[in-house]
Parts: sequence; structure tokens; C-alpha cells
Amino acid sequence: MKQAVFRNRWLPYGLVAPQVAITLVFFFWPAVDCLRLSLYRSSPFGDRLIFVGLDNFQKLFTDPAYLRSAITTFVFSFLVTVVGMGLALLLAALANAKIRGLAVYRTLLLWPYGIAPAVAGIIWLFIFHPSYGILPYLLSFVTAYQFNWFLKGWVAMVLITAAAIWKQFGYNLAFYLAGLQGIPGSVLEAASVDGAGPIRRFFSMSFPLLSPVTFFLFTLNMTFAFFETFGLVHSVTQGGPGDATSIMVYKAWKDGFEGLQLGLSAAQSVVLMVVVILLTAFQFRYAEKKVVY
Amino acid sequence: MAADGSGAPAGTLDARAGAASLPREARARRRPDWNGRIAHAILLASVLVLAFPLYYGFVISTQSLADVSSLPPKLWPSTAMLHNYAEAWSRAHMGRLLANSAIMALAVALGKIAISLLSAFAIVYFNFRGRHVVFWMIFVTLMLPIPVRIVSTYQVISVLGWVDTYWGLTVPLMASATGTFLFRQFFQTIPDSLAEAAQLDGAGPLRFLWSFLIPLSRANIAALFVILFVYGWNEYLWPLMITNSPDMRTAVIGIEALVPRSGSQLPEWNIIMAAAMLVLLPPVAVIVGMQRWFVKGLVETEK
Repeated sequence: MKQAVFRNRWLPYGLVAPQVAITLVFFFWPAVDCLRLSLYRSSPFGDRLIFVGLDNFQKLFTDPAYLRSAITTFVFSFLVTVVGMGLALLLAALANAKIRGLAVYRTLLLWPYGIAPAVAGIIWLFIFHPSYGILPYLLSFVTAYQFNWFLKGWVAMVLITAAAIWKQFGYNLAFYLAGLQGIPGSVLEAASVDGAGPIRRFFSMSFPLLSPVTFFLFTLNMTFAFFETFGLVHSVTQGGPGDATSIMVYKAWKDGFEGLQLGLSAAQSVVLMVVVILLTAFQFRYAEKKVVY
Repeated sequence: MAADGSGAPAGTLDARAGAASLPREARARRRPDWNGRIAHAILLASVLVLAFPLYYGFVISTQSLADVSSLPPKLWPSTAMLHNYAEAWSRAHMGRLLANSAIMALAVALGKIAISLLSAFAIVYFNFRGRHVVFWMIFVTLMLPIPVRIVSTYQVISVLGWVDTYWGLTVPLMASATGTFLFRQFFQTIPDSLAEAAQLDGAGPLRFLWSFLIPLSRANIAALFVILFVYGWNEYLWPLMITNSPDMRTAVIGIEALVPRSGSQLPEWNIIMAAAMLVLLPPVAVIVGMQRWFVKGLVETEK
């Protein structure tokens, strides 16, 4: 930190007061309360709380529905992150030439960032609509299989994954393009002189040099898929069919707000807290460190 | 949501656009530049594929119900546009919903900017007891996004009597670790001599903040504004929890109410798509209109 310049006894406290007040009241208080609530359950009439220790957690980890939700969440996040980033990296690598008008492409790629996941979901819902959507229509020429996401869990999963990847894709591609453009041509030319082909050059030179971008995009996409896709699930599939797309955040909300099982919902929030802490730790351990610009 | 990590690889998105080196370009002009053509083709294809869902949604929003349900799907705009948008507007109370969204997005964006400017100023320019505690408190909020405190946050809001109010919709989202870190980082690059000179001229700390730091931070403020406006406009879980009455709902939530959940309702997809277009227009317009700041914001804040 740099040298503090101004001297004043009370002013700095006044300046940080709004931030500290909001942080304490709306972040720390609910977080601590969540930890406390996770040790209680509501009485049958919902009028008081009964201390149950770690029962909620035990219930969660032995509940097949919760374990399914956890698996769904991991599969969804993994698909969104790996497929989305892989596709973006592939296209960026193929398009890696010194080209004019990159700024224009960047704008044309980045606008989907502004679309709410819920709205993206509604558009994709229609694309996948079993009776009117263009995708089932096109697929009907190829196969008689009914791609009806109202009935088939995996189709619903593909639907929300596609919407999420669509929203993130331009962003991933723009960062990879910029990352590749940032690699000095001389490095690759040297490898080329040494007889390395384009694929070899990519895997042994470009990809490692892109690792800061990859780590950054990885945490970003994981965080997005885990914590910012609630609206997508709520507005499109509502967790269904069955609980095929009931991701953890959606389940925590549903158990708390619709099921009124406060303790159980709070315990799920605590589990999610652990996930955030792990993601943040990962980000600071890897994404911030070996940064090669 | 508020889990706003920092640290997009700096300088990755900006400035590289025109970085083609001259000799290379001259060489390329002599023989056809196949790499360049392939690159253009791939990028153009990506842009088109990316735009297709939006185009499709827009097309649906201009069609009559008969067009929408016809097979093969019609991929050209039709004539029912005005009717659909008017219908979406009145049926979903779009005017009210969009106004609520605008209030929420503006209040959250401006509030976050103001609050983080003040705290970054205090942290950088004053030496006070508890400075590190404050810094770490702000940092920890990164690890407490809304989904991590669902039920308890609602209880806090109801204890305060803020359910269904603009206070509840906006104030709790105004803390910003990202904003604070961004301004802190920027203030640290400003030479101390500036503040010393201002002091010699008799400017107090608040005058210095107002007349020097804030004007110098204009670019950062604009960049942060785009990112935060989009965040505030698109936030879904928060307004869903904090509001109950139709009058206090925001636009992103309002669309969901139009989607039929049972077989008995007639699915009017043209109306739903019209509503979706109305909802996505403002944030996308802000991004496209302020794209220079947007790119800066993406790189420097990552939300």
C-alpha cells in the first residue's frame, strides 16, 4: 500500500461506513445466520426452530435427490466450461492469423454478455420446442427419436447447457483470440524452423502460453455455471422434467422458499459456501500466479 | 451475483486489434493471404451462428400465432410485430417492469460506484486503525454471493421491513469488492505528489476526492458502470426473493410469468418473444453503445 497522505481522525471511518454497514448487515449477518440455521429444523407448524446438530448435513449427504442434484450441477458446469471453452479455443486457434478488423469481430462476439441467462433460456426453449422449434424440426429429418425436453431429462439438460454456452461463447472466444494474438510470432516461427508442425506448435507452445487465459476463463465459467444460472433453470425447466435439471442453487432456493425447510436449505447454502471458497482459492492459487503476458 | 473475482489477464482484450506488424502485412499483400481468409471465414461463421438465436427470437416476435406454429418454421420477419409488442407490453405490464429494472440497474450501478469510490479513497489515502480489517471484510464478500445465503438474507430483509420495496431491491446489492479493488488499484498509480500539491493549495481530502480523483477516474467509472448496469438489470434470484407484488417485479422475472406451465394455456410464443426482446434490449444497447468502456470493464474488473 502506498503512503497515506491525509490525516484525519474520523473521516476515513465515515468514508468506509456505507460499505462496512452493507457488508455487515447484508453479507455477514445472513452468512452467520445461515451457518446457525443449518443446525436447526423447523417445527411441524413452522413456528419455532429445533436444534438438530449436524442432522441436516447427514440428511443431505444420504439423500439421493441431493446427490443427484450435486451430480447434475457438476455435469452441467463441466459441460458448460469444457465444451464452451474447448470450442472457443479450437475456433480461436484456427482463426489465429494477423487479421484486420478484430475490434469489429470483438463487438460482434461480445454482445451476448448483456443477455440475462433467463432470457437466453427463453430463446433456446423455443429453439428446442418439441412442436414448433427449429431444432426438433431439423432433427426429424434425421431420426424418428422425439427430442422432447418436456419429457426427456437429458434433452432438457442439453437445452440449458446450450443456452449457457451460447451466452458465454463469444466472451470465451474473444479472450482466446486476444490471448493468441498476444503470443509473439517469433516464438512460433522459431518452433516452426525447428520442424514442429502446426498441431505440435499449438500443443507445445501456444497452449501452455495461453494458460493464464485458460485458468481465468475456467474459474469464470465455473462460477457462472454454478452460481449465475439460477434464472436459466427457473425460467425454462423449473428443475424438470422430474429433477433432471435441478442444479444445487435451484434446489436450495426451492427447498427454502417453496418447501419452507429453512434448516435444510441453509445447510445447502453452507455446502455452496464451501464450493465458492474452493473456487476462489483455485483462482488465487493458479489463475493469479503464473501469469505470462 | 456478487461473487466478483478480480483479475482478468490484463491487457488481453484491448489494444491488440491493430497489432499486425507492417513487414508481415506487406509480405501478405504479394500473395493471397490464405490464413487471413480462413480466419475471416471462421470468425464470420462464429458471429453468424452466435447471432442466429437472437435473430430467430426476433423473427418469432414479428409473426402471427399461425406463422409461429407452422412447419417448416418461417425464418423471415412477418407483419404482426406492432401487435405483438403492444400485446406483450400491456399483458405483462412491461412499462412498470422495465421501469423497476431501470431503477434497480441504475441504483445498484451508481450506488456500488459511489460506495466503492469512498472506501477505496479511505483505504488508499488514510492510515487508520482497522484499515486491514475493512479491506479483508470487503474481500470476503467475494465469497458470499447471493445463492450462498438464500434463506437468511430474506429473513434479514423482512426484519428490516424491506420486502417489496426499492430499498430491499437495491441497497443490499450496493457493496462491491470489485469496485473497491479497481479504484484502489487505480488510486495507487496516482503519484502522491498530486495529493500533496492539492493540500498545499489548501484542498481538504473531500475536495481532493471531488475535484481530482473523481475526474481522473472517469474512464474507470464508465467501465464499471457498464458491467454493473448489466449485472443489476439481469439479476434474477434477488428480485425473485425480495419482491412479491406484481408491481415490484423486474422485467427478467416478468417474462417467466408469460411462459405457459400447463397444457391448457395457449402458448403464445410470439408474445413471449416480443417481451424477451424488450427485456434484452437495454443491457445489450448499453454494451454496444459503450463498448469501449465495456471492454475496459471486462478486462479490469471481471464483473
